[in-house]
Amino acid sequence: MPGFNAHLLIQASYLVTAALFILGLKRMSSPVTARSGILWAGAGMLVATLITFLTPGIDPSNYWLIIAAVAVGGVLAWWSGKRVAMTDMPQMIALYNGMGGGAAAAIAAVELYKIAMPAPGTAAHHGLATTTLAVVGGIIGAVSFSGSAIAFGKLQGLITRSIRFPGQQFLNILILVGALVLGALVALQFNASPELVTALFVLALVLGLTMTLPIGGADMPVVISLYNALTGLAVAFEGFVLNNAAMIIAGTVVGSAGTLLTQLMAKAMNRGLSNVLFSGFGETGGASTTTVTGAMKEIDASDVGVMMAFAQKVIVVPGYGMAVAQAQHKIWELAQLLLDRGVTVRFAIHPVAGRMPGHMNVLLAEAGVPYDLIADLDEINAEFETADVALIIGANDVVNPVARTDKSSPIYGMPILNADKAKNVIVIKRGKGTGFSGIENGLFYLDNTRMLYGDAQKAAAELIQAVKAAG
Amino acid sequence: MTGIVALYIFMLAAFTGYEVISRVPVILHTPLMSGSNFVHGIVLVGAMVALGAATTTLERVIGFIGVVLAAGNAVGGYVVTERMLEMFKSSGARQPGARKPGMVQSESGGH
Repeated sequence: MPGFNAHLLIQASYLVTAALFILGLKRMSSPVTARSGILWAGAGMLVATLITFLTPGIDPSNYWLIIAAVAVGGVLAWWSGKRVAMTDMPQMIALYNGMGGGAAAAIAAVELYKIAMPAPGTAAHHGLATTTLAVVGGIIGAVSFSGSAIAFGKLQGLITRSIRFPGQQFLNILILVGALVLGALVALQFNASPELVTALFVLALVLGLTMTLPIGGADMPVVISLYNALTGLAVAFEGFVLNNAAMIIAGTVVGSAGTLLTQLMAKAMNRGLSNVLFSGFGETGGASTTTVTGAMKEIDASDVGVMMAFAQKVIVVPGYGMAVAQAQHKIWELAQLLLDRGVTVRFAIHPVAGRMPGHMNVLLAEAGVPYDLIADLDEINAEFETADVALIIGANDVVNPVARTDKSSPIYGMPILNADKAKNVIVIKRGKGTGFSGIENGLFYLDNTRMLYGDAQKAAAELIQAVKAAG
Repeated sequence: MTGIVALYIFMLAAFTGYEVISRVPVILHTPLMSGSNFVHGIVLVGAMVALGAATTTLERVIGFIGVVLAAGNAVGGYVVTERMLEMFKSSGARQPGARKPGMVQSESGGH
């Protein structure tokens, strides 16, 4: 029975793939083995993809369609993935994630249209569990698809406004309920007409749009992470429908891992998940009533250079502003000069530095900063008191002491880097404006704070000259 | 596979995902999100099966779109994850002599 052998071979290969995925993710848990982790997972994907061509029941006339579709999607993604800048990584991840959600929705659509329009001679023999999972996975996948597309548009700067109006959440709930009712009708096959299936997917796609449009740019990482988890779940559900163990395991692993990751991110940003989804922080600006008193005191690059050259310990706090100015290479050059002079240099990374947790580490790694010089919040916060200089470059809200004291501030309670505890705080800043969230920063007005105004890259270059001149 | 066995798989995989990720340091969160994004690219095999079994034009069109999207998810997720992880280097890779004692491992740092 050749059919049986092919089936067994496919199942065994999927088992190997699932094991490679889990081992790969496990290896990604340490920077030392992380690179090999993605290679292992990639090998698993390759095995599963190739073996799937042997699936009994694939219509030979569809082979070329499959190969053409894999080629189109694969080549486009390869090309875009190779040339995307590291700063644009979050929206690229959102885009690829949305594609996965769309694919899960497409599988659900094919299966549900099959039920709605059975081919002559084949009776629909789907059980209730199967149709329900197909519907739920389809809705989740479609929401993830259109929602991720909006997230991409916002981070890419294609969508600059957040659309909000009164009763918006009521409308979202209405759309959700509508989709669920349609889904229930389709799943129960009371009236599984093709039109009903189409309406279901249209409604789910609209829900993704209306859910994501009001969410501000600052909250996008949490949203992308959430959609990543949702796509995993959708893939797992469609895996049940297709009786495919590899999809169930991989999808579920991503679903639970992504949920954990989303919680970690929301916590780091001091934002409840429901807050992210149902309020409009992120672009509206601070509602803080406290006015910060004092004046910002300016300093020259040459003075900062001397200060750092003769310091024992310098902690650099990079923010996304540094990456926008492409100053990370200059900053690393500066750090190397200091290291060669015997100064202890560390990079302090807030969990939400960059546009996504861990994004700043990627940007610093790109510039050549070794990962063991980089410390996260818990690790570094006690060290600020012993630091001679805290160099803040392009960061704002993550070092704002207002988060500790001002209960009316939207960032109150957010864990921050204790840069204000350093003996000297130097802030490199473009101008006198407020940060991403529009909240006034108390750090800038402290007695031990000096402002170095200018473009981050230019300021870093000046600091390099100043340290060299310090002799 | 019966429904109850599928539920077992679901439960065990959910715990596995949670456990595997809970030990990942913050510095790897972005590559990790990207890596897990790649892993759900396995939807490609499902999309291939759906397109393979398609009999009507509508099914073929939707199936084709599904495979294009899934291949984009898998390949794109792989490429960007690999690019990010490739860049992570320790100070051992920095030119010798420039390395300072006392900052060798971040683990020995600020606990």
